[in-house]
Amino acid sequence: MNAPQHSSHLQEGNVPLLKVEGLSVDFALHTGTVNAVKNVGFTLKRGETLALVGESGSGKSVTSSALMHLLPDLAQISGRADFEGEELVSMPLKRMRRIRGNAISMIFQEPMTSLNPLHRVGKQIGEVLKKHRKAHGAAVRQRVLALLEQVGIPDPARRIDSYPHELSGGQRQRVMIAMALACEPKLLIADEPTTALDVTVQAQILELLKELQARLGMAILFITHDLNLVKRFADSICVMRHGELVESGSVEEVFTKPRHDYTRMLLAAEPRGSKPPVEESAPVLLEAKDVRVRFATRKHLFRADEYFEAVRGIDLTVRRGQTIGIVGESGSGKSTLGRALLRLVESKGSIDFDGTDLERLDKSGMRPLRSRMQVVFQDPYGSLSPRLNVGEIISEGLKVHHPELNRRQRDQRVVEALEEVALDPRMRGRYPHEFSGGQRQRIAIARALVLKPEFLLLDEPTSALDRSVQVRVVELLRDIQRKYGLTYVFISHDLAVVRALADTVLVMKDGQVVERGPAERIFSAPREPYTQALLKAAFLNRADGLTPETRDQG
Amino acid sequence: MLTYILKRFGQAIPTLLIVITVSFFLMRLAPGGPFDGERQLPPEIEANLMAAYHLDEPLWSQYLRYMGGLLQGDFGPSFKYKDFSVTDLIMQGFPVSLELGAWAIVLALAIGLPLGIIAALKRNSTVDYVVMGIALGGIAVPNFVIAPIMALVFGVMLAWLPAGGWNGGAWANMVLPVIALSIQQIAAIARLTRASMIEVLGSQYIRTARAKGLSEWEVILHHALRPSLLPVISYLGPAIAGIITGSIVIEQIFGLPGIGRYFVQGALNRDYTLVMGVVVFYGVLIVLLNLIVDLLYSVLDPQIRYDD
Amino acid sequence: MSQDNLPGVAKSVAPQTFLGAGDSLAMDAWHRLRQNKAAMGSLIILVVLAIVCLIGPLLLPWGLADVDWENFMSPPSFESTHYLGTDANGRDLLVRTLYGGQISLSVALVATAVSLVIGVLYGAIAGYFGGRIDSLMMRFVDIMFSLPFMFMVILLMVVFGRNILLIYAAIGAVEWLDMARIVRGQVLALKRREFVEAAQALGVKDSKIVTRHLIPNAIGPVIVYVTLTVPKVILLESFLSFLGLGVQEPLTSWGVLISEGREMMESAPWLLITPSVFLAVTLFCLNFLGDGLRDALDPKTR
Repeated sequence: MNAPQHSSHLQEGNVPLLKVEGLSVDFALHTGTVNAVKNVGFTLKRGETLALVGESGSGKSVTSSALMHLLPDLAQISGRADFEGEELVSMPLKRMRRIRGNAISMIFQEPMTSLNPLHRVGKQIGEVLKKHRKAHGAAVRQRVLALLEQVGIPDPARRIDSYPHELSGGQRQRVMIAMALACEPKLLIADEPTTALDVTVQAQILELLKELQARLGMAILFITHDLNLVKRFADSICVMRHGELVESGSVEEVFTKPRHDYTRMLLAAEPRGSKPPVEESAPVLLEAKDVRVRFATRKHLFRADEYFEAVRGIDLTVRRGQTIGIVGESGSGKSTLGRALLRLVESKGSIDFDGTDLERLDKSGMRPLRSRMQVVFQDPYGSLSPRLNVGEIISEGLKVHHPELNRRQRDQRVVEALEEVALDPRMRGRYPHEFSGGQRQRIAIARALVLKPEFLLLDEPTSALDRSVQVRVVELLRDIQRKYGLTYVFISHDLAVVRALADTVLVMKDGQVVERGPAERIFSAPREPYTQALLKAAFLNRADGLTPETRDQG
Repeated sequence: MLTYILKRFGQAIPTLLIVITVSFFLMRLAPGGPFDGERQLPPEIEANLMAAYHLDEPLWSQYLRYMGGLLQGDFGPSFKYKDFSVTDLIMQGFPVSLELGAWAIVLALAIGLPLGIIAALKRNSTVDYVVMGIALGGIAVPNFVIAPIMALVFGVMLAWLPAGGWNGGAWANMVLPVIALSIQQIAAIARLTRASMIEVLGSQYIRTARAKGLSEWEVILHHALRPSLLPVISYLGPAIAGIITGSIVIEQIFGLPGIGRYFVQGALNRDYTLVMGVVVFYGVLIVLLNLIVDLLYSVLDPQIRYDD
Repeated sequence: MSQDNLPGVAKSVAPQTFLGAGDSLAMDAWHRLRQNKAAMGSLIILVVLAIVCLIGPLLLPWGLADVDWENFMSPPSFESTHYLGTDANGRDLLVRTLYGGQISLSVALVATAVSLVIGVLYGAIAGYFGGRIDSLMMRFVDIMFSLPFMFMVILLMVVFGRNILLIYAAIGAVEWLDMARIVRGQVLALKRREFVEAAQALGVKDSKIVTRHLIPNAIGPVIVYVTLTVPKVILLESFLSFLGLGVQEPLTSWGVLISEGREMMESAPWLLITPSVFLAVTLFCLNFLGDGLRDALDPKTR
């Protein structure tokens, strides 16, 4: 292990803090036994960070929950896990409870649902102290205030009496961290701690964890699907797939000399490439001026409604063959803008598509244009009507726009569209739930393509997918754009994907454009501080080599 | 909070208005009148009676007169119980109904909640199946079947308890009616509690609580119990309404002098004012109790705030 | 412990609520229902009961109002062919119970259908149009909810006499409120789903969106609710009958029979017990079936 160590902890010898051997977890379901974790082993040294990396279903979360006996009763766990001379797997629950929240504590992915909505945060943190430190009264409150201060909650004296719903997502995760740190654990298990957060918040939380680790000298078992974070954050890494450990080693080893094909694939899974800009002279396909969208937040029967303005006056010019990437964090109004362009939400301002003013059209007037402008949504589970089969889903648009086609001709078009997105046309009689996330997204793309549109709105089409699947969908989108000369508006919070696909980028915040320009320039030399912060948070230190950063000593 | 309460009262006014108006005109549309049935009255006496109760006036002026009386808190005279005003009758009957209903709710909560919690904790065990089987039975067997059987078995055959009568509210006379009234609510509350407890126990913050090192007992007591009670609290509104309706039958079966009995008899006798009085009285009661339930809910769930 | 830690299972199931999977969801639900012994047993008992109520009276030697002058209030006996005894008027109890069952079951079906039609239409309209129409319509439902409804129904029965059509209508009118709320909730949730937006983006007409995308996906919870409404309606009808406000002679229903039986229960307990058992078994089975269907349709229990 080449990663720098804390000298203070080196003195305690090189005895690992946690040594897991032959850990297996089986779930006895009525449909049969599922081997969720198969013979996994790793060691974690004091003060070190070990990343457990894998895509969904790899068994990484099950592994950590198994160590803490937090799995449902139907889970059968075998193997050994030595933690400071004690064996965790066979430990009686009673003893395990003295370790939970004390020597080993955990933080989870969803800070909103992981905190009890009915208790004040101060009480939830204090509970740990009362339990393990036998602390009472003012001493508890004192310590909780100090903890909140430590995790960077502004105005702790006020926040200590807040309920979880009164805090922002980032603050809630800070509260979770404060709770986990209350008894100064030797090991912190962080299960996707930043996945549910916006990128800038994500970066702050990771900074905080690093800083606290340096100060308190705890080890971290960091569970994530995001290799990017690992590079920055961890000392060593274990890659899991289908419940098996496929590769482990120091971050440097794994990133520079990956031995397993799967690891190599994961490392390559970052969407690559870039798109050259279209010529200045390319004809304008869509031109929007001063687009505004507002939603009623509160409706009154007899008074004026209250509104929230989601999009506040945006101009947009899209040329043929262009890919405009619209980037922003949740609540920036980027998806609403996209829906307004397709007239799926009411908006003010003018939207001109290939010479037609969309604002003047009613529903039936809009219909002929709909075959020319299509959309692919984020959620591959929610965007396909669950009770229609794939053939029906794809042919629905044909029935609207090409009523002249007979059943066989429609079917022929469906087959072609499925082949286009590299799906077996024989599967068109199946229902959406029988497909994986990536396949569903291909079906959604086929549904749009079958109408031979000129303009495609892509609303976070890859965000719900695992990285390895993402790459292939990005490739598909790139291919069909090249082949048919499509024009894209690509909405995403994922800057890596935007960089790979877009030639022009629009950065949005609070319903307004913060910065816009060629993708190349935005990514290499962002001008606005917000864009800079976004890029810094998203790419962390990807550019500068593979060595993990040396930590500051607390 | 105060504005919220006032607002709720404001919203209750149209509700009550509808109740009063609809039941008023429904009653009057009914064939027959309050003075039919008994021996045929001579026409002039009946005319006098009608005039005395203003029944000879046009319907709308009777309606206005009645509403005017209501505003002053006057429910009018009873047509059948000649010497009593409706207010007298309600004030006589209500304490009986209230006592029955209150005990029934208390019993329903005291038995239903623990049963539901135990079933949830021992999910899919024999205990669970037995408790839920019994609860389903409680829902399936209506109280007007249970009540006579209980009266027969415990009142007549075993003669442990009186089979009927009020006897000034002696506890022995209350046991059977209260049990009969509460059985369905016990069953409903037990099922509801079990379902919500199971859902809460599956939630992420319960995992957090366990990850803190709390004992299972602490997890349930401090983290699972309160959220699982929330659906039960909102069920209390309908439960109270159910107990009120249930008491119509129970009072009849056990011969208790509550309001429920007045209502049915009044309706059959075309005792307009008495029926109206009971409807209005219970309407107000239900509105009030629903408000209390909602306020209780907001006390237990900080995510609900009635600020505006 | 949530299922989130189950590998693969969680991610593929979580976003699907009732609206979940495709047509094979129905197959899947049926498959799961078949494994539920209590629910299947209940279903079989109900079917048998319904057939017996329909055909039974044709096979028995006694009619609904036939009086056997030799047997008044006689206990069950095979010799007199009064297998479940006779009532105070010398009428055969078994025949009357079966006829009563016809009435109770038909009231249940018709009233549930009434509530289904009103509720689905009302809820779908409120949910689909949303906005001001929705808030007005739902405010009306709220008001209706806070009425002392039982009193109104009783009043209705008193006023318009004991007409069986009225019972259908009155009970249906009470039960539609819940149905409307459920359907509205479903439609509101579905409307926000991306597949509806995708259909709009394809230019599919509103009426097609409702029939192709909204209704087929809202049907699961509605089915469950219907199975739970049927026993409620039967209970309500027998409650009214018990109060003397239900069907009129010579017709009868389980509630009427129970009410009559109660008056004689000391001297002729079978008059109370027989209709009570029929009623209780029916309600029991319907509730079991409803629970089973809910579990079968709810992907969370998968």
